Amino acid sequence: MAKTLAEKVWDAHVVRKGDGEGVNAQPDLLFIDLHLVHEVTSPQAFEGLRLAGRKLRRPDLTIATEDHNTPTLDIDKPIADLTSRTQIQTLRNNCQEFGVRLHSLGDAEQGIVHVVGPQLGLTQPGMTVVCGDSHTSTHGAFGALAMGIGTSEVEHVMATQTLSLKPFKTMAINVEGTLRPGVSAKDIILAVIAKIGTGGGQGYVLEYRGSAIRALSMEARMTICNMSIEAGARAGLVAPDQTTYDYMHGRPHAPEGADWDAAVEYWNTLHTDDDAAFDVEVDLDADTLEPFVTWGTNPGQGVSLSAKVPSPDDFGDENAKAAAERALQYMGLEAGTPMKDIRVDTVFLGSCTNSRMEDLRAAADIIRGRTKDPAVRMLVVPGSARVRLEAEAEGLDKVFKDFGAEWRFAGCSMCLGMNPDQLEVGERCASTSNRNFEGRQGKGGRTHLVSPVVAAATAVRGTLSSPSDLDPAPESAAVRVGAA
Amino acid sequence: MEKFTTHTGIGVPLRQSNVDTDQIIPAVYLKRITRTGFEDALFAAWRKDPSFILNQAPFNAGSVLVAGPDFGTGSSREHAVWALKDFGFKTVLSSRFADIFRGNSGKQGLLAAEVAQDDIELIWKELENAPGTEVTVDLVSKTVQCGNIVAPFEIDDYTRWRLLEGLDDIGLTLKHEPDITAYEATRPSFKPKTLPARLS
Repeated sequence: MAKTLAEKVWDAHVVRKGDGEGVNAQPDLLFIDLHLVHEVTSPQAFEGLRLAGRKLRRPDLTIATEDHNTPTLDIDKPIADLTSRTQIQTLRNNCQEFGVRLHSLGDAEQGIVHVVGPQLGLTQPGMTVVCGDSHTSTHGAFGALAMGIGTSEVEHVMATQTLSLKPFKTMAINVEGTLRPGVSAKDIILAVIAKIGTGGGQGYVLEYRGSAIRALSMEARMTICNMSIEAGARAGLVAPDQTTYDYMHGRPHAPEGADWDAAVEYWNTLHTDDDAAFDVEVDLDADTLEPFVTWGTNPGQGVSLSAKVPSPDDFGDENAKAAAERALQYMGLEAGTPMKDIRVDTVFLGSCTNSRMEDLRAAADIIRGRTKDPAVRMLVVPGSARVRLEAEAEGLDKVFKDFGAEWRFAGCSMCLGMNPDQLEVGERCASTSNRNFEGRQGKGGRTHLVSPVVAAATAVRGTLSSPSDLDPAPESAAVRVGAA
Repeated sequence: MEKFTTHTGIGVPLRQSNVDTDQIIPAVYLKRITRTGFEDALFAAWRKDPSFILNQAPFNAGSVLVAGPDFGTGSSREHAVWALKDFGFKTVLSSRFADIFRGNSGKQGLLAAEVAQDDIELIWKELENAPGTEVTVDLVSKTVQCGNIVAPFEIDDYTRWRLLEGLDDIGLTLKHEPDITAYEATRPSFKPKTLPARLS
C-alpha cells in the first residue's frame, strides 16, 4: 500500500500493534530511537523512576544538555538564581545516577537541545525522536518523526524506550516557487501558520514539500519544522535528500563506512510514495511571499511586513475578533498602523528556531558596515557553544560587537526568559524566536516574530524593517571578514 | 493515578481562545523540581488583575474550567496540568485542545473533555447568568450537564479507559517488555547511539 513518509517512519517503529477494538483499545506502542533531555521537564521524571525503583532502560539512546535556565553571561561563575542553580544541579545529579551523557554549561557541545542533536549527527532520517520540549519538531527536517512530550511521557520513555501514540492524520504543505531575496524559511512558516491557524495542524503530521522546500538548506528546513508546533501539529517533516546526506556526512555520530552505505540505502526509501494520499493539502506560493511578521499574541496573528496592523473587524469569527482585540491591547498597537512604523526597543537573534550558523551569517551580512539604531538593544545568542566557536572562527562575533550588539553564550535565553535575559514591562522586541505569547519574553513584554534578516534590518533602522528598506551599505561591507 | 468516573463542581467560564501554556503557568515557575505545589502559579500573570475570574467568588472555588477553542497550545510543560490540578480543577472543557496538553492531562487524571463550541457557548451563558452553577462531567456516559444543558463530549477510548480504571501507563507498557526486547534486537547497526560519546 502506498504510504506517506510519516506513515513509513511510524510503521518501522511499531513494537506492538494496538488492540484496535473495544473501549480499552490500546494504541500502537512505538520504539523511540533518541531521547533528548534538558533540566526543566526531566527532574520529576527522574524522581518518578527513583520512587518506582525503575532503571532508565537505554542510556545509550539518551542525551542531556543544559539550556533553558542557563545564563548567557558569566558562565564560569555559579548560577546566581538559586532555583535555576538547583534545577541544573538536579540534572547533573540525575544524569550521573542514571548514567546519562550530559553536556553541561562550559562544555563545547552544550547548547539548545534542538541545536545539539543535529550538530552531533544524532538526529538522522527515519528515526523517532522525542524530548520534553514542544520544539522537538525541529528534528523533522531530517525526515525523522520528532515529537514534543510532557514529563509523564519523558518518564515513560526513560523506563521503556517506547511511547503509546495515538494515530495521526497527514497534511501536505506544498511550497512551490523561488523565494525572493530577503525572504527566508522563517517567512514560509509564519505564513503557513497565519494561513492554517494555531489549531490548524492539530492531530496532523505536516510534511513540507515542493520546490521551495527542496531548495532550502538543512538549517532552513529546521527553522520550518521547528515551528510546526505553532500550528498545533503533532510533528513536521521534510523528506531526506542529498542536502540532508551532505549535512550528515562526517558528523560525530553519523554512520561510517558500510554503515553509511546501508543507511543511505534506507534513507532513500524515506519519501512519500507518488500514489499516497494526504488527508489534507495546503498550498503556499513562494514566488509572491514577502517577509512576514506577527502583530499579535499568538504565532498565527501574522501579516506581511509591508501590511498594516489589522482591525478586529477584519475577522469574521467571534473568537478571532475577541482574540484580536485583546492582542492589540496587550501589544499597544492601533489597527491600521503600518507594520514598518512600529518601533522596537530590543532585537533578539537566537532560539532553537534561528540560532544556527546560517542565521548568524545572514544577520551579519545585513549589519556589516552599518550602524545600529542607538536606542535599540540587540542580543545575539548562538544556539550552542559549538555554533559560538564556529561563528568566532569566522569573525562574526566581531561583526556583531562592532555593530553594538551583545555577543552572548549559548542557551534558550530570551526566547522564554527563564534566565536573566528578559524584556521589561511594555518593552517591544523583534525576535527570531517562535512564540509571541503574552509575557513569553518577560512579564509585560511585547514580541514580534521575525526572520534573522528582518531582525538585523530592524536593529539598523529601529523600526520593523526588511533588508530592502536599508540604504546601501558602505562598499567594505560586501567583504565578509574572515569568511571561509 | 486516581480513578475518574464522574465529577460535579462549580463551573468557571473562561471566554478566551488560544489559552497557551505560558498563560496557564509562566516559565519562571518551571524552575521547581517537584510535581506539586503549583497552585500559586496557575494563570499567575492574569491573577494579578483583581477582575480576573479566578479572583472572584464563587469561581475561585471552581473545579470545572470551561474554556474557548485551542486550549493548552504552545509549550509541552506538564506543569500546566499540575497547576490546574493543584488549584482544584478536575476537568477542562474546550472545543479543541492542543495535542500535548491533552496527552499530559490524560496521564495526570485531569479530564480534558472536548465539547462542541455551540455547547460551550450555552454553558458560558448559564455560568455567567447564575454564577456558582455546578457542572457535572460524567466519563461513563461521556456527557456534561450544566443547568438544563446536557451535552456530549469526546475523549479517545484509551484515555477514557485508563482514567476510569486509574491505570499507570508505565506499568501497562512494561507488561509488553518482551516485545520491546524483541524489537531492539532487530534495530539496524547504522542507527546512532549516544554512548560512547563521539565528539567533533
